[in-house]
Amino acid sequence: MLKSKTFVKKTRSGGIMKIVREHYLRDDIWCGSEVCTECKQEETVLQKDTYIESNLCSFPHYLLPDTNIVLSQIDILEDPLIKNVIILQTVLQEVRHRSAPIYKRLKDILHDKEKHFYTFTNEHHRETYIEREQGESANDRNDRAIRISTKWYSDHLNNTPTDKRLKVVLLTNDRGNKEKAEESGLLTYRCEEYVKSLIANPELVDRLALTNDDKNEITSSKVLFPEHLPLSRIQSGIKSGTFQQGTFRASRDNYLEATVFVHGEGDDSTEVLIQGLQNLNRAVHQDLVAVEILPLNQWVAPSSVVLQDEGPKEDDVTEEEEEAELKSGPSGAASRKPTGRVVGIIKRNWRPFCGMLFLSQIKEATRHLFTPADRRIPRIRIETRQAATLAGQRIMVAVDGWPKHSRYPNGHFVRSLGSAGDKETETEVLLLEHDVPHQDFSQAVLSFLPKMPWNITEEDMAVREDLRNLTVCSVDPPGCTDIDDALHCRDLPNGNQEVGVHIADVSHFIRPGNAMDLEAANRGTTVYLTGRRIDMVPELLSSNLCSLRSSVERLAFSCIWEINDKAEIVKTRFTKSVINSKASLTYAEAQMRIDDANMNDDTTKSLRGLNRLAKILKKRRIEKGALTLSSPEVRFHIDSETHDPIDLQTKELKETNSMVEEFMLLANISVAQKIYDEFSECALLRKHPAPPPSNYDILNKAAKSKDMVIHTDSAKALADSLDAAQVDGFPYFNTLLRILATRCMMQAVYFCSGMDSDFHHYGLASPIYTHFTSPIRRYSDIIVHRLLAVAIGADSTYPDLMDKHKQSALCNNLNYRHKMAQYAQRASVAYHTQLFFKSRGILNEEGFILFVRKNAIIVLIPKFGLEGTVFFENKDKPSPKLIFNEEAPSLTVEGHSFNMFDKVKVTISLDASNVQHQKIRMSLVEPVISGVSVAPSEPEPEVKRAKLDR
Amino acid sequence: MAGLELLSDQGYRLDGRKAAELRKVQARMGVFAQADGSAYIEQGNTKALAVVYGPHEVRGSRSKTLHDRAVINCQYSMATFSTAERKRRPHGDRKSTEMSLHLKQTFEAAVLTNLYPRSQIDIYVKILQSDGGNYSACVNAATLAVVDAGIPMRDYVCACTAGFVDETPLADLCHAEESGGGTSLALALLPRGGHIALLQMDARLHQDHLETLMEAAMTACKGVSKVLDEVVRQHLQEVSALTGE
Repeated sequence: MLKSKTFVKKTRSGGIMKIVREHYLRDDIWCGSEVCTECKQEETVLQKDTYIESNLCSFPHYLLPDTNIVLSQIDILEDPLIKNVIILQTVLQEVRHRSAPIYKRLKDILHDKEKHFYTFTNEHHRETYIEREQGESANDRNDRAIRISTKWYSDHLNNTPTDKRLKVVLLTNDRGNKEKAEESGLLTYRCEEYVKSLIANPELVDRLALTNDDKNEITSSKVLFPEHLPLSRIQSGIKSGTFQQGTFRASRDNYLEATVFVHGEGDDSTEVLIQGLQNLNRAVHQDLVAVEILPLNQWVAPSSVVLQDEGPKEDDVTEEEEEAELKSGPSGAASRKPTGRVVGIIKRNWRPFCGMLFLSQIKEATRHLFTPADRRIPRIRIETRQAATLAGQRIMVAVDGWPKHSRYPNGHFVRSLGSAGDKETETEVLLLEHDVPHQDFSQAVLSFLPKMPWNITEEDMAVREDLRNLTVCSVDPPGCTDIDDALHCRDLPNGNQEVGVHIADVSHFIRPGNAMDLEAANRGTTVYLTGRRIDMVPELLSSNLCSLRSSVERLAFSCIWEINDKAEIVKTRFTKSVINSKASLTYAEAQMRIDDANMNDDTTKSLRGLNRLAKILKKRRIEKGALTLSSPEVRFHIDSETHDPIDLQTKELKETNSMVEEFMLLANISVAQKIYDEFSECALLRKHPAPPPSNYDILNKAAKSKDMVIHTDSAKALADSLDAAQVDGFPYFNTLLRILATRCMMQAVYFCSGMDSDFHHYGLASPIYTHFTSPIRRYSDIIVHRLLAVAIGADSTYPDLMDKHKQSALCNNLNYRHKMAQYAQRASVAYHTQLFFKSRGILNEEGFILFVRKNAIIVLIPKFGLEGTVFFENKDKPSPKLIFNEEAPSLTVEGHSFNMFDKVKVTISLDASNVQHQKIRMSLVEPVISGVSVAPSEPEPEVKRAKLDR
Repeated sequence: MAGLELLSDQGYRLDGRKAAELRKVQARMGVFAQADGSAYIEQGNTKALAVVYGPHEVRGSRSKTLHDRAVINCQYSMATFSTAERKRRPHGDRKSTEMSLHLKQTFEAAVLTNLYPRSQIDIYVKILQSDGGNYSACVNAATLAVVDAGIPMRDYVCACTAGFVDETPLADLCHAEESGGGTSLALALLPRGGHIALLQMDARLHQDHLETLMEAAMTACKGVSKVLDEVVRQHLQEVSALTGE
């Protein structure tokens, strides 16, 4: 083995330093090709026969893309058609420096055995390493390194027997590089050239990203946007304080408005308002941008107008009108917010977007606008020849760039998801848009499942406490198959009571570090959509082996307390156990047993004991200041055959719900304390920060409109004043207020105890909290189980469990997944609500005004838990006279004033005019305002009704 | 810019070595005529010079004298030009003092001190250029210097560092790898008997990994010992050729 040394010099910012590093060159780096006879490689990646039919290269060949091809055309490389590609180390490193997401995708391809991608470590190869020459830029040097390696490969593969000879094709879009490569006799093509030459697969052309060369033909020469500043100026601007750096968040309701969330020192962070197309300056939702704050006299207030981009405009006049309208908004000095403009993009955060094609009016056109499902994303212009087939389908599109003279960003087609309106497709879109991993479990994951038939072994029994004789039962919602908790309660001889919470022992089946564990950690949570469940762990575990079903022996992790008559905990212990649940009940069944005085079996007695203690626990918790909040939740009755929703009802809470909840909370708190005592640095806990006072503004205003005062200085005060807020003859008022209060709250998050000092859970009024009770559907609970198992000596630790940085990275992923799962759930409910109203036709319902906007009111229908917007402006009709009072807040329409909590009657229908954004449309019925309200709709035809009521 | 990728998927480290490979080791003995023993070693870009005086009578305060064995006195220093930024104090700072102590402990375990009661052996080591693994370079240089001085030892003391990245132990860390975070373990070994003269680790490491890491460090030390042995034999040949024996 030859080792030779060269020196690489490097300077770093902040004082120039000379850094000397060793660089070993080797002669044992192989070419990775099957045909090669010289290299002594053990494994080959590149295949002997490689067939990609192409007009340009009729011979077998390997591809060798340069860095820019990888960065811009990763979609092409990901296509299953493209195989046998050589990725140079130089390319890999450049990609790593320039784009983390693409680097990740490239790595995924490299790991995929089917793709036959080979990484050639050319920088350490004796014959392909080159030194940077005098006056040569780093980029030029890398280009040269790529050429040298291509040359080496061509020569190297020429040494093989003639009949098997292969060629190497360099793909580059850089003109200079291409010329130089051709000079030295290499086969070189531009990516477009090459992809277009592929005979069998014309549709691959659509996946080509538009590069700079094509740009001039696609847009007019009119410059629409100011130039973005170069990164160096942005950085110096941020340093000197003239610019702020923050995350760009487009407004859902108004495409001409956005906020930039500027992260300040520590906790203090501000929001900068951006208004108008020019100021938004091509930033896309979630980008990291630099903004410049405008002078104070140009500050504006956020408009309360709801404005949607209505597609390509004939001219810019309408747009300017809209902008003008936007700016003429209320400009009370108090409501003005820091306003700025985007001067540059620090990091794009583009992902492939789901949506639909908006066909161009010209039939033969190949350029079309694409409308993303997410309203915060602008339309994207793509080029495709399959427009006719893609119309009416849900498709995915990736963004390539946004030139300064184009109204819309340019992108390219990635793949089709299925026809729009189809339930499968819509669910797929929903899952993709919320980044929910929902593929079937891979074989690697399934291979870690226990072999069936599965039994509890002698060894299991030896290390576990035998609790099979206890009267354990589970109480869950109807239809629940993943039962992860069960309870028991019995009297002890000393007069105290023993209460046990038994949680499915998932960590027994999912061992740290294996494929199943990694998959579960990535998924983070089970996602419950209406009519579908996306499991975190394979079904065999979630619905069978881990599920604590009745009359079978199951492994459990038990938390057992001795509790005295006043529901004070005397003793707590944790143990791994074996249980045999005597009954799995629904909330309603359990309630019936408790209420039925004739039933006196052990299970019922145990339930009564639990219920009694739970009431005391709950009372004490509320005294301490725990909040009871409310959100309008609905549940669908799904037709068993068509899976269409046939009815919906709001969730009903029984005493037993709160009984189970109470003990789960108790278990979570006990476990949190235990693992924190044991592992102060790496315990996984959950906190709920207190919201900043400004969050309560809307609640205060709302209460004031009914002459009430809500105290928000502490959780306890808030809970008390919410309890006191009652209006005679308006029982739903309190619920409405609680719904509002819920929206003021912060998100509860997981965190690692070593990385944070504030543990308080605001909503539960508990100084410490974690999640222990649902390991089947939450990964956080699995980690907590593992920590607790170590704490009681039932299991051993493993390195990642004790590493607070890894733990905290895991928490970030879990928080993200939980948030996304929640959004996906809401979106699923919304979609099914639409389906429901589609089948129901037009309905008239009573509702309450939840918010008042400048040109609309938002109405909540308690019966369906449905929220909708009633617009007072209509494109076709002259707008009514609107007066908006921001202080109250109230909106006066033609003399009738709408306040929060007003009762209104609306008619609900489904607006299917836009297939992509089907929405529930509400129009006002009562109070009657001429020219604004509509006549109540006719009852539906009898036939239809009969069918539905079946 | 993303941080450094210490170990690529293909199994190559920053400088092109594989996980278990050492850097290039070059050494010379008898570089100074004045001293009783001296040696110079290069481990990659880490360069160290060691000088040994003694055994001689105890100098300075007599109270240090031990009646059954020799006193070993070590002094470690770094040249001001050894690192990328100039060092202010070449020796006497806390790190150097600690390093001197470690060297002293290492050689007390290796040198047959009981052969020289009431005497003193001085070992001076200086890092001329630093690129990770300073301790091991010093130990290896000092071993050669002690051999050069003709002081009997139980065995060569060979030292090497090992680190842990992506579940893989890396042998003989360079500066970039040492400062890239993660664990670094320094091991001084008497290779023939497999006795450990010194083991030092500052960062946290899970117990499960310790064994593999120790294994890697031991293999690396044995690799070093082969090189040192060769150097000694080579030197011996040269010297005997000169003296005409």
